[in-house]
Amino acid sequence: MKVKNIQTEKPFVKPSLKKRIMKNKVYYSMIAPFMLIFTVFTILPVLMSFLLSFTSFDMLQLPKFIGLSNYINLFLNDDVFLIALKNTLILAFITGPVSYLMAFVFAWLINELSPKVRWFMVLIFYAPSISGSAYLLWLLIFSSDMYGILNAYLIDLNLINTPILWLETPKYALFILIIVQLWLSLGVSFLAFIAGLQTVDKTLYEAAAVDGIRNRWQELWYITLPQMKSQLMFGAVMQITNALGIGMVSVSLLGFPSVEYSGHTIVTHLLDFGSANSTRLEMGYASAIATILFVLMLGSNLIVQRIIKRVGT
Amino acid sequence: MENTNKTHEEKKLIIDALKQDELNWISKKKTKMKKYRKVRLSRSVGGDIFLLIVLLLFGLFSAYPLIFTITNSLKGLDEIFVFPPRLFPRNITFENFIDLFNLIGNTQVPISRYFINTLTITLFGTVGHVLLASLCAYPLAKHSFPGRHVINQLIVYSLMFSTVVTQIPTYMIVSWLGLIDTHMAIIIPAWGFTLGLFLMRQFMQTIPDELIEAAKIDGANEYQTFFHIVMPLVKPAWLTLIILLFQQLWGIDGGNYIFTENLKPLSYALSQIVAGGVARTGTAAAVTVIMLIVPITVFIINQTKMLDTMAHSGLK
Repeated sequence: MKVKNIQTEKPFVKPSLKKRIMKNKVYYSMIAPFMLIFTVFTILPVLMSFLLSFTSFDMLQLPKFIGLSNYINLFLNDDVFLIALKNTLILAFITGPVSYLMAFVFAWLINELSPKVRWFMVLIFYAPSISGSAYLLWLLIFSSDMYGILNAYLIDLNLINTPILWLETPKYALFILIIVQLWLSLGVSFLAFIAGLQTVDKTLYEAAAVDGIRNRWQELWYITLPQMKSQLMFGAVMQITNALGIGMVSVSLLGFPSVEYSGHTIVTHLLDFGSANSTRLEMGYASAIATILFVLMLGSNLIVQRIIKRVGT
Repeated sequence: MENTNKTHEEKKLIIDALKQDELNWISKKKTKMKKYRKVRLSRSVGGDIFLLIVLLLFGLFSAYPLIFTITNSLKGLDEIFVFPPRLFPRNITFENFIDLFNLIGNTQVPISRYFINTLTITLFGTVGHVLLASLCAYPLAKHSFPGRHVINQLIVYSLMFSTVVTQIPTYMIVSWLGLIDTHMAIIIPAWGFTLGLFLMRQFMQTIPDELIEAAKIDGANEYQTFFHIVMPLVKPAWLTLIILLFQQLWGIDGGNYIFTENLKPLSYALSQIVAGGVARTGTAAAVTVIMLIVPITVFIINQTKMLDTMAHSGLK
């Protein structure tokens, strides 16, 4: 090992940027293919979306600059957008934190089980999020006739006399979306938490027990959480992004548009104006919606990151 | 000559030591697990029972719809609409699956075509992504060069919004590139899946620098190091990437990008069958079961590997 040190250690002079780039060109060649795709399909779209949001654009003619009109229209003249914004925020404020807590609490509980049971429970909890279109079964559960599973049980138990129109009644819309979204929400962050818990140094628990940590809650707060901070941050990013991106579930369960826009979210509003088979083709307007969603997602993520950094300190 | 021999041995030693380390680590982990369950003092019986009940309840909530879908697919039409609904069928029948196969036989385009389309998309999308993401993750994780920090930051930021935000410009770009109505319209954007790159990078950071140094001393260039040293070591990570991408691509229905019937994926064909209304409820369940079984099986096989990767997923 010593031989190597002598070879590489030179008196430290920072070489010029050009030299450093040339010296590392093999690394640039390695990152180039992915970064090219990343630039074309992630960075460029974000920039385009931002720029288009200041234009009127129908995909046929060239975009026309109209300043802040799209944003002004969204907030002042588009009542449906305000409903969508309100619904999105309600859904995000509930499903975000709840799903985050659920992912953590269940990961934490499962972690105490024996390895075989743990393996099985991870499968059960993670399965909904990878089961593709299986969430459509919730259509059958909330179906409005007496054969709808929930209605059937409720009638059978004599709790109600006539079937409830779950999917068609505005006041149930958000409730249903929350339930289904929570059902779908134990995804990658849940796995990250399980994995993170397994890497927590177990000897610390023994030491803590000796040092007078009395119950599992103290143990959790003083030992487990601080050690998992990085996974907690990662999980937060995943859950927040999902919570603000609710839309497809609403379209599939409540229809489009949902009754009185009760399940309308920013994403469904965006699809309404900006999807390729939408009849409106108001891409500038849709880009403004997308930009608002982008700012919401990035903003709330950055705020939450700040908060989590303080855990256990 | 002697020098290179020495380093060669050295490298072998390091590799052996690492392997030994890993074994030690596993056995240590096992004994620790046993020990730790005995030692834990900070537990109350009441708390244990309460938490177990919570776990069971949510387990039911989580599993119920899936179990219901599976049992529904095994029920005859008369039993699906029985009141009150029964979770488990009296008579198990495969008529839904048989119906499904008959319906499939009647589609304009043979079902094998749809299946091959889905397979093409999934395969090329997954393989290409794993390759490009690993290649990109390696310098980002293990070497420093101008621009690295910025790129790492960009990747973390890009995890903070979903693709729905960028779908309009993405559609425009895909059409500028002339990819509309080809499989590439789905495959190429899938290669740029940033969560995959992020997880791969995190996992690669755990590779000991000594191994890479040793390979360099042996005269391997960066690409050789990457393919012969790094890639074998990050197997859990690429299995995770495969699972994540597979889950996304398997159920994709082509949506706005693919119009030609011949090119549409399986999920589209099956959803057309299901669209036949209430009478197809059983068939629909059969379809869901078929689409569901594949990703879940893949996860069952790879759960341990995936957790290995996720342990390093943390953001700093």
